[in-house]
Amino acid sequence: MAEQIVNTYLNTPDNDWYKARLSGLVFAVLAAFFMLFIRMFHLQIIEGEEFRRLSESNCIRIQNIDPPRGLIFDSKGELIVDNRPSFDVCITPKDAKPIEETFSRLAALTLAPVAEMEERFRKQKGMPSYNPVVVLPDVDRDTLGAIEVRKFDLPGVSVQVKPLRHYIQKSSAAHLLGYLGEISQKEMDSGKFPGALGGDYIGKNGIEKRFELQLRGARGGRQVEVDARGRLVRVLRTVEEKPGNNMYLTIDQKLQMATETLFEGKVGAAVAMDPSTGNILALVSSPSFDQNDFVAGLSHATWNSLINNPERPMENKAIQGTYPPASTYKILTAMAGLEEGVIDEHTTFVCNGSYRFGNRSYKCWRSEGHGTVDIYRAISHSCDVFFYQVGQRLGVDKLSFYARASGLGSKTGIDLDNEASGIIPTADWKKRRTGDVWQRGETLSIAIGQGFNLVTPLQMACFISAVGNGGKRFKPQLVHKIVDQNGDIVKMNSPELVGTLPVKQGNLDIVRIGLWQVVNLGGTASAIRMKSFEIAGKTGTAQVISRARGDEETAAGPAHWKPHAWFVAYAPAENPKIAVAVIIEHGEHGSSAAGPVARDIIKNYLGVKKP
Amino acid sequence: MMIDRRLVENFDWGLAVITSIIGVIGLVILYSAVNAGGPTGQQMFYYKQMVWFGGGFFLMLMILMINYKDLEQWAPGIFGFCVFLLISVLLVGRVVGGSRRWLVLGPVAIQPSEFVKIGTIIILSRFYSRNTSRRGFTLRELMRPAGIILIPLILILRQPDLGTAMLVVLISASMTLFVGVDRRSLVYLFFIGILVCCSGWFFLHDYQQERILTFLNPDRDPLGAGYHIIQSKIAIGSGMAIGKGYLKGTQNALSFLPEHHTDFIMCVLSEEWGFFGTVLVLSLYLMLLIWGLNIAHKARDTFGTLLAVGVTSMFFWGIFINMGMVMGLLPVVGVPLPLISYGGSSVITTLIGMGLLMSVSIRRFIKE
Repeated sequence: MAEQIVNTYLNTPDNDWYKARLSGLVFAVLAAFFMLFIRMFHLQIIEGEEFRRLSESNCIRIQNIDPPRGLIFDSKGELIVDNRPSFDVCITPKDAKPIEETFSRLAALTLAPVAEMEERFRKQKGMPSYNPVVVLPDVDRDTLGAIEVRKFDLPGVSVQVKPLRHYIQKSSAAHLLGYLGEISQKEMDSGKFPGALGGDYIGKNGIEKRFELQLRGARGGRQVEVDARGRLVRVLRTVEEKPGNNMYLTIDQKLQMATETLFEGKVGAAVAMDPSTGNILALVSSPSFDQNDFVAGLSHATWNSLINNPERPMENKAIQGTYPPASTYKILTAMAGLEEGVIDEHTTFVCNGSYRFGNRSYKCWRSEGHGTVDIYRAISHSCDVFFYQVGQRLGVDKLSFYARASGLGSKTGIDLDNEASGIIPTADWKKRRTGDVWQRGETLSIAIGQGFNLVTPLQMACFISAVGNGGKRFKPQLVHKIVDQNGDIVKMNSPELVGTLPVKQGNLDIVRIGLWQVVNLGGTASAIRMKSFEIAGKTGTAQVISRARGDEETAAGPAHWKPHAWFVAYAPAENPKIAVAVIIEHGEHGSSAAGPVARDIIKNYLGVKKP
Repeated sequence: MMIDRRLVENFDWGLAVITSIIGVIGLVILYSAVNAGGPTGQQMFYYKQMVWFGGGFFLMLMILMINYKDLEQWAPGIFGFCVFLLISVLLVGRVVGGSRRWLVLGPVAIQPSEFVKIGTIIILSRFYSRNTSRRGFTLRELMRPAGIILIPLILILRQPDLGTAMLVVLISASMTLFVGVDRRSLVYLFFIGILVCCSGWFFLHDYQQERILTFLNPDRDPLGAGYHIIQSKIAIGSGMAIGKGYLKGTQNALSFLPEHHTDFIMCVLSEEWGFFGTVLVLSLYLMLLIWGLNIAHKARDTFGTLLAVGVTSMFFWGIFINMGMVMGLLPVVGVPLPLISYGGSSVITTLIGMGLLMSVSIRRFIKE
């Protein structure tokens, strides 16, 4: 044992050889240190004087040049978001001494309160004193002139020009475009915003957020030498800023604004889509808010009023709002019934105004009843009793299968954040969610779009669009193309087929005839019939409170008890150019509240297009 | 473990004293760096650094008590653990400034890539002490050590941490050149290196190429790295012969340098203490390196020699690259100055290295 240990410590023959090589290493180290020594001597002794001078005036600074953010256009090339110059008055703490005097002179010139300036100034404490601090953001031209003229009395005061986001049509498409806000520390640390500095504005919502990296561009800057009063002596180096890419949306701004006008004073949402591509033509959520308020920095009061408003202006109801689909769901029940063979074109049921199931009576919306109805009449007159029986024969899980395969109850994948998925219930789902067993009677409610069902207006728009175009389900697109500053295309979107409706052409045609009759053959939406083109669609009236309370849906009550009004439609019926889904919260009747809005959207779009 | 009386008698006081002097100078400069320009909220770095030093010295003493001979047996385990840490970083590490380098363990965050340097030195010492070749290693024989190093190297590049990856390569190359490479293989190696660099270039994205070009030539980025170098040179140069005085550095006070307590701490020293102070610190570092090589010379066995050479080369490259960077001689890389820059992982790694050197040094007479 001892011998073994001794052996491990014994010099191997190679060890001495290695040691001879150590002198080479010593030489290398000495050579390297000699180099460092010479360099230090050069910097500190030979050039020391010059560097001391440079350090005393601390005169080499960096000035940032913010890149203009990419512009946003509509599908016709109409500019909807641009940038305007903002003139910010800054103070460089190091150069602006005595600071109190500078403040009072500035206040005299601009009539701005000193306290406000000092407040902003204090916030930047701890930053290097050669960094300009913005004390008066976005001043008007008169103030600017006054400051420029008196510049020599205002040491350390400078004016920075910064591009500021400008939403041309106030409040228009606010939910879709989003807005900008100051970058937070968390966002800075995330590494998702390379090159971002504190105080930068980034997209916080909508297109502005989703396409932040496309729109933001790259910051430029100048290395400059300034004199003791902080004035520019010369520019040493310049890095050009790189403007952000421009975006062309699929939105038709004219239609968007016309739709917004239709929603004035109403709460709800509308989505208009091109059925042949999935391009979103308009996406409206009402009420809206002014994005320009966010750019200027939102006051506490404005923010609170937005957040506490019961009409939820900050919510994008078109993609985040979930509502019972109500009678618009009958389109789906009809498709499933035909496809599963539980009914056909000739099947008839008799409607006496109610349907007895178990020990409960399920009412039709028309208490007098519809008499003998087939599938066409059931759709066009929205007969509940007919669809109760279809639903009963299908069962909840079959219905759910067709709904999911048609894109309901799941996110559409639109390029916006916080999209809701909605709910399409199954027996299993209820068991998991509530612990209770599925009651067969509940299937009847599901079949007419009540009960647990929840969908977003966007899902309904995609669905009715697929019905209209013969079964092709497209992903809803908001962006047509992204173009860089040289006009070269960075990204071009083409229609993206995500699936087809789970129904044979013949059965789909039956449903489409029914939808045509809704408007054109004495159906529930006859009032919106047009001469110049034919609309096909479906009304819906979504109960907010249970009908079991005994109130008829027409019964008077507080406004927030009134049902939501739906209308989904496409036109022209034969070869649709536009599909829309409209919901008006507490609008009462689909036919009277939502129908006319949908018709006017269609009229506006097709009317413009007609030669 | 019993503490042998001979270990105490042979304790390497010289190395301990040099290390302590540099460490104290480091803390004194750090105090100035974090207190520059009034209260900045950086003071905690100073106290944290003291804690790291305390822990590091304790670790150093623990390690010198270990017979370095045992490390040869443990080498694969130590190396494997380092690789495991690197993989953990890639999986659960914290992202700071776009790269994933930190592993958060309770209250402390460590940078495992620092410890990989030690792991690399130990595994290479084992390899080269077991496979000696007097005529120099040939290309074929070098395949295995190269393969071993490639594993942590790729993991570090994934973070990405270009500076540390470069250090691992330089340490490995130093050790390999020390044990000798066959002349013909050396020429081949040179050309292979050039070929790999050139072909690798075309596989990189535009932004990655840009990052490397800026790394090699800071002037390409006058608003970032280029600006730092100018400010760094102004700070150093303005120190002149005797400096502006402790706590009186103006460049330092105005916080022109974002990393003045870590990678650019040399600027604070040179500005406030002048050429005099710079030469003092350079001399101390030089003594440290010569001392390390002397330990390699006196070591009992090949493994000890190689261990000492490896650790000394780790110190050398850290010092040389950091100093070269702040003086504007070398690219701007995130390489800390051993014992002076703020940073827990760096301090601990340096003191572990000291422990290894001492372990070799103490046992130079022991024959048992």
